[in-house]
Amino acid sequence: MSDLMKDLHTEHMVINMGPSHPVTHGTVKFLVTLDGENIVDMKVDIGYLHRGFEKMCESGTWQQVIPYTDRLNYVSPLINNVGYALAVEKLIGIEVPERCQYLRVIACELSRIADHLTNVAAGGLELGAFTAFLYFVEARELVWDLIEMLCGARVTVNFVRIGGLKNDLPQGFQDKTRAVFKECRRLWNDVDKLLTKNRIFIDRVRNVGDISAEEAIAYGFTGPCLRACGIPYDVRKAQPYLVYDRMDFEVPIGETGDNFDKYLVRMEEIQQSMKIVEQALSQLPDGPINLDLPQYRMQPKEDIYHRIDSLIFHFKTVIDGIKPPPGEVYFAVEGANGELGFYLVSDGSGKPYKCRVRPPCFPLTAAMPRLMKGRLIADIVPTFDMINMIGGECDR
Amino acid sequence: METNVTIKKLSNRFPGAIIETHSHRGDDTAVVKKESILEICTFLRDDEALLYNFMMDLTVVDYLGREPRFEVVYHLFSLRHNRRVRIKARVSEADAIIDSIVPVWVGANWFEREAFDMYGITFKGHPEMRRILLYEGFEGHPLRKDYPIKKRQPLIGPIN
Repeated sequence: MSDLMKDLHTEHMVINMGPSHPVTHGTVKFLVTLDGENIVDMKVDIGYLHRGFEKMCESGTWQQVIPYTDRLNYVSPLINNVGYALAVEKLIGIEVPERCQYLRVIACELSRIADHLTNVAAGGLELGAFTAFLYFVEARELVWDLIEMLCGARVTVNFVRIGGLKNDLPQGFQDKTRAVFKECRRLWNDVDKLLTKNRIFIDRVRNVGDISAEEAIAYGFTGPCLRACGIPYDVRKAQPYLVYDRMDFEVPIGETGDNFDKYLVRMEEIQQSMKIVEQALSQLPDGPINLDLPQYRMQPKEDIYHRIDSLIFHFKTVIDGIKPPPGEVYFAVEGANGELGFYLVSDGSGKPYKCRVRPPCFPLTAAMPRLMKGRLIADIVPTFDMINMIGGECDR
Repeated sequence: METNVTIKKLSNRFPGAIIETHSHRGDDTAVVKKESILEICTFLRDDEALLYNFMMDLTVVDYLGREPRFEVVYHLFSLRHNRRVRIKARVSEADAIIDSIVPVWVGANWFEREAFDMYGITFKGHPEMRRILLYEGFEGHPLRKDYPIKKRQPLIGPIN
């Protein structure tokens, strides 16, 4: 047999997967060198969705950045909104009212639920579990209905403002949330039964894409992918922002860091996030949602129409932009994929001098060759899915 | 002060390499000489009292009109001590080159490629110093302040 193998004409084959390929559900290209079905080498080519986020931010005012942040991780846009607003508020040195903090927590967690639901749904779909996909997409639709009720849009939310929010909770939001979560929990149980003990699913994801905790840290993993390796690092617990320190929730961790652990961590986080939303709704205090600082947060419309000082501030902040004092800050929030950091530099003018995003899926995608070398080509599918690369965020 | 541990340790260990330090809004920052960046990063990662095992972010800021023009900004995080620090190294336009920190944190690879792509800073010792978000053949570095925002370049196909 070995003699036969020696004479066989075997050459490495290089194939392109992507940039538009059913497996790469972000726009990304894999240049894979194959020996039969084994991956010998892999190169990842990103940048297909690059649209110059930072350059756009530098040309607009501080408030005009918020719609751009929606388009970073477009599966959980509210977290990006909140992360940016908190970074600017840190730069200015202000803190929003308590009710606003609670509402931001609710918004973030709804977004996180939607993100994890999408991720698990797509992962199931790509491994042939179409039913699980339908169930979780239904659940996601329900969560998106809530988000739509909250801010009028499903994906491009543009909900958070520097120093406040666009609007308060709508009427009947609590009841609707209760109904939606009841339905979500039912669907969650169904998908749990369909996938977690499913032999076909487990065979595809177990011991695939595993990485040790030390290596994951060196690669800069954060979020569910790092927690799947057994490191309980969550920005919400490590450096609590907003009112996360008043919430009672657990940080689920895995053991081996393989795709199955990443899946389990995400499933559990959906449950924990629902718990957080319920707690935040029950603790929700009364009070204003916006800061009363007209140089940073626009006054209510009736004041703008009827008071000259409000009108002047409105004009100045719209035309010139708000003006944070010169300085630089880095602020991190827990995005759905990991640590989402904003590094802002202000020169005292109405435009950001620098607006840098630390995208959580960027280092994760960079580790794809490490995760895939020596594995089978079919393993790319679940691994890339559980990495959850989002083009809008990775390429900016 | 607990928050200043990093800056104190750095100043004691590398008295000649620290140019200035500040803690604006609670973010500890040290501006260091670019020649010693590799040494400082290794120290920050390995010292028992610091253990900055995460390289969270790496980027560049272009201060056009200032000399040296660029600042390479590193954001590090220590899981053990739950602490963050910002390290900055100034790089001039004429000599836009700095040591790569990939030997210290392998995750810095793509971040440095992005910095090269957007600002044209070369990282010495990087395993694969080429563009990442833009295509080969793109002219200029778009995040430099003197790159016009409305400038258009014809798209040529990707080169493998």
